[in-house]
Amino acid sequence: MKNYYFDNNATSAVAPEVTEVMLPFFTKYWGNPSSIHEFGGQVGKYVRNARAQVADLINADPSEIVFTSCGTESDNAAIRGAVEAANCNVNLITSCVEHLAVLSLCRYLSAKEKISLAEIAVDGKGNLNLDEFKRELAKGPAVVSLMWANNETGVFFPIQKIAEMVKEAGSIMHTDAVQAIGKIEVDVQKTPVDLLALSGHKLHAPKGIGAMYVRKGTKLNSLLIGGHQEKNRRGGTENVPYIVGLGKACELAKAGIEDERTRVAALRDRLEAGILASCPDTTVNGDVNNRLPNTTNISFKYIEGESILYNLSDLGIAASSGSACTSGSLETSHVIRAMGIPFTSAHGSIRFSLSRYNESEDVEHVIANMPAIVERLREMSPFVD
Amino acid sequence: MWDYTEQVMDHFRNPRNVGKIEDADGVGQVGSLACGDALKLMFNVDEDDRISEVKFQTFGCASAIASSSALTEMIVGLTIEEALKVTNKDIADYLGGLPDEKMHCSVMGREALEAAVYNYRTGTSGDKILAGTIICHCFGVTEEEIERVTRENNLKTVEDVTHFCKAGGACGICKDDIQGVIDRVMAEVKVEESPEYEKPAKKMTIVEKIRLIEKTIDEEIRPILAKDNGGIDLIDVDGNKVVISFTGMCSGCNVAHFTMEGVVQAKLRKFVQEDLVVVEEKK
Repeated sequence: MKNYYFDNNATSAVAPEVTEVMLPFFTKYWGNPSSIHEFGGQVGKYVRNARAQVADLINADPSEIVFTSCGTESDNAAIRGAVEAANCNVNLITSCVEHLAVLSLCRYLSAKEKISLAEIAVDGKGNLNLDEFKRELAKGPAVVSLMWANNETGVFFPIQKIAEMVKEAGSIMHTDAVQAIGKIEVDVQKTPVDLLALSGHKLHAPKGIGAMYVRKGTKLNSLLIGGHQEKNRRGGTENVPYIVGLGKACELAKAGIEDERTRVAALRDRLEAGILASCPDTTVNGDVNNRLPNTTNISFKYIEGESILYNLSDLGIAASSGSACTSGSLETSHVIRAMGIPFTSAHGSIRFSLSRYNESEDVEHVIANMPAIVERLREMSPFVD
Repeated sequence: MWDYTEQVMDHFRNPRNVGKIEDADGVGQVGSLACGDALKLMFNVDEDDRISEVKFQTFGCASAIASSSALTEMIVGLTIEEALKVTNKDIADYLGGLPDEKMHCSVMGREALEAAVYNYRTGTSGDKILAGTIICHCFGVTEEEIERVTRENNLKTVEDVTHFCKAGGACGICKDDIQGVIDRVMAEVKVEESPEYEKPAKKMTIVEKIRLIEKTIDEEIRPILAKDNGGIDLIDVDGNKVVISFTGMCSGCNVAHFTMEGVVQAKLRKFVQEDLVVVEEKK
């Protein structure tokens, strides 16, 4: 059965070009870049090249890129490193819709180090409450961690404006840009963030590789303390094949931004419009005028997300849901709850996230099959007469 | 992706007995939109009090739909009395098992059946009746329900209880209370399992009674208190009144009155005489 993949915010296909550049580093160039001998040392230039490719995607200097194992590590290294460098004499400011890589860590640090933590609320469309943010920022030096784009709804926070405010206040600005990188243009020369997290497998590199941007001069303690790799900022022998792969993926992403903005966005819009037109009692979650080009989050009233996903899966369609049942947590996703989505819609929220590999045929396959799935489950629902 | 059995996926993909029965003899509904799953069960009975027709409507995940479907197949043709013997475990077993986190789906099936039978017998609403003390306010789960799933499924941890009836699965404030219920059930089970001592049949002399009290304190009570570095002394026996004093960590312990009733008095009543009253002599 053909795989119709609409779950790119969860993970994305490894680009064939990426796999290709990685392979020699398993078979031929498997040396340690820190070695003095030629066999190992020759690998160093490929790591340098990859660092430049990652830096180029976000317009940073290569020296400001630290390779990590994943987005979660990047977020942990940035937030924890900044808090510890300030001897914990800071407030933490984040939002209530962050990825758990940020939210759980902030709650942990707040409890452990007795640091004040503010989780800024969002409105019904997922937009940040900027007034509340300003009030919290005025309370004193802070480490701020706010996401560039939300993984579930795709909604952007106004990171440009927020970063300017944070710098004005003399605080530290971190952004979890895991979902934004590769889908929209991110330029750290234009946007004054101090720290930024990105993840390889969300932009067609494999799982197990991420990177952190650290603006020159930012005070940061290391999370992984060990050898001198990454200029003492992250101990551990470089994961060379994956670093090379991430570099290639970033190069491809830069070239593909225009495709995301135009073609992928148009496919997403067609998918969304098609579903809304053919399935009654459906709504879009999140601000449709302020979100990633690849993401749509649609609620199907009176039916439950996991049932929808299994029905889609039987047709080869991969998507995800913020419903309670998909996580085993018994509660709907914290993002959906924070937005105050009513119960009638919350349990039936489905996220479709596209990528450069989606085609019009995929979208039409979903639109053609969705009404029957929804109708069947609604016939079964005690809440529909 | 859940590790669902083939039976679960079959009942999810091809649910049996979906739909409504107009003017059904018994109707029961449990769960809600807020909870994320709900089941409405409807049945008719024939003149022999057998379930002749059954239908369901379910809002919920694959395992909720499968559990509902399985339940209808299991109870059709049974008498009401027979149907009431179906436990949540039976439903899960019928489906070849459910993931731990999904056991509450099978509990929902059993609850809907009970609600429908209640409606059939009384003619009043068979929707889930929230009788008793609510422990989990997020999901509206009562102490009685928690006690029941704990007992019936031999649950040992708060996490288990959450998997079976959702209690404690949201804000988590009630987790201590759930642990309290588990502790109580486990304590009861232990008492039931412990070998029965023959209580002296004939009336004891006061000396025999004091000896038996001392023996019980020695063998049954001191070992328990010793675990918390506490001790106990027998001060006096006057009719059915036993005067004791706590020593070590038990003396001045602010929960000593629980130990008093739950351990000392309970053991003495069990092994010596049912109407004994134990009081503590304050030093």
